[in-house]
Amino acid sequence: MSEDVADVRAYTVRLELVDEPGELLRALLPIAENGGNLLSIFHERGNLTPRGRIPVEVDLECPPHRFETVVAALREAGVNVIQAGADRYREELVVLLVGDLIGTDLSDTLSRVEADTSATVVDVSLSAPDGAGGRASAMLRLAAAPRTVTDTLAALADLAAAKGLRLVEPVEVEAA
Amino acid sequence: MRLAVIGAGSVGRAVAELAVEYGHEVVALADSTGAAVDDDGLDVAAALGRKGETGSVGEADVAAALEADYDALVEATPTTLGDAEPGFGHVARALERDRHVVLANKGPVAERYDDLRALEADSAGTVRFEATVAGAIPAVSTILDQGPARVTAVRGVLNGTANFILTRMAAEGLAYDHVLAEAQDLGVAEADPSFDVDGTDAALKCVIVANLLAGGGFSLADAEVAGIADLPGSALALAAEEGRTVRLVGEATRDGVRVGPRLVPQHGTLAVGGTLNIVQIETVHGGRLSLSGAGAGGPETATAVLADVGRLPARS
Repeated sequence: MSEDVADVRAYTVRLELVDEPGELLRALLPIAENGGNLLSIFHERGNLTPRGRIPVEVDLECPPHRFETVVAALREAGVNVIQAGADRYREELVVLLVGDLIGTDLSDTLSRVEADTSATVVDVSLSAPDGAGGRASAMLRLAAAPRTVTDTLAALADLAAAKGLRLVEPVEVEAA
Repeated sequence: MRLAVIGAGSVGRAVAELAVEYGHEVVALADSTGAAVDDDGLDVAAALGRKGETGSVGEADVAAALEADYDALVEATPTTLGDAEPGFGHVARALERDRHVVLANKGPVAERYDDLRALEADSAGTVRFEATVAGAIPAVSTILDQGPARVTAVRGVLNGTANFILTRMAAEGLAYDHVLAEAQDLGVAEADPSFDVDGTDAALKCVIVANLLAGGGFSLADAEVAGIADLPGSALALAAEEGRTVRLVGEATRDGVRVGPRLVPQHGTLAVGGTLNIVQIETVHGGRLSLSGAGAGGPETATAVLADVGRLPARS
């Protein structure tokens, strides 16, 4: 594949399988055969869907334009896809950037956040009470693919250091 | 136990004053210029009264206090970096004499942990240092009770001055300089608050914890440290819009120490207010333990010192 690696996104599909030997393998083949890279499989044995099937959650990554092909191939193979998408399964990440945000070209900073990380900038709020050239703060809400938060934060720290900005990272422990 | 208290700042003074209540006896008390020694039990109130009048607790040398007939030395002189002197020398002398040592001074445990443990290994004395991490909060003993091998990480808000400033900045929308001046007026911040606001004090506490977890090897030079002085009020205001706030958070693991301002949920466990501290201990079998309380203050920190004294084995 020659696709740009940075353009690979993480997706989650929820499937329901009949409790028979070989069903799981049959469901995973169309993903692999269509360029999806399997990240994790959560096989909820012991949990049944209303139709008496076993729910399976599959995390995979692939370029966005291939995702539809993967889902179509699953359906073609007779696998029941109950949910497919990226949004719900992306991890939200909120960080603060502090410093001369305007003088260091905020627009370029945001472009580089997207270029240097696998995350997307979902929302930005800027507070620059001292005007251009003064110390400003920006709150960035990012959507990061599962399991990429650590890498994303490291890349953000490098970017902030290169621009002489201060990065305030979250402590992501409250949910545990 | 018979105690020699070296250092008569707020902590040393409170230890000396509370010792009797805890069933101990003070036989020596020293400050930076002199010492009072009485093998039959020192009149602490009289010595502190003398300090009020003359500036020193007594006419004797600090050396005389170090040679007094005590069971445990309480080292409560100000924390110094690098060689951690003169505190380290006081501790070394007590261990040479096979006496126990209880530290409130962070320097020797943060900067010279391995040296300290080596001296302890050659001594019949035991070293304890509960008071060096988060004042009254029993952080060290909780880690020791769980077993350092079964603690994966410790994080927390470990500096009350920095926390007071961040809390006030967020609540009132005030600028850093304004709140710092207020904190100095209230006595919450010292005239030179740099250790507190640049993260050094919190980092020393985390280094001590990292030494506990890893069995030594860390000093302040190994810590990644950032402070709060360059945080504008606008950063806190933006954080509040998202239901978050900023705290100076320290983290210690076997792999290292990191201190810096971090985003935390506004009403989350880590977002303690005012001068409070919180220590979160991640344990293998016990889950997460969160202990909050007074991280500084004379009587508060003295309770940690005296708890350590109570944990010491009897001296044979």
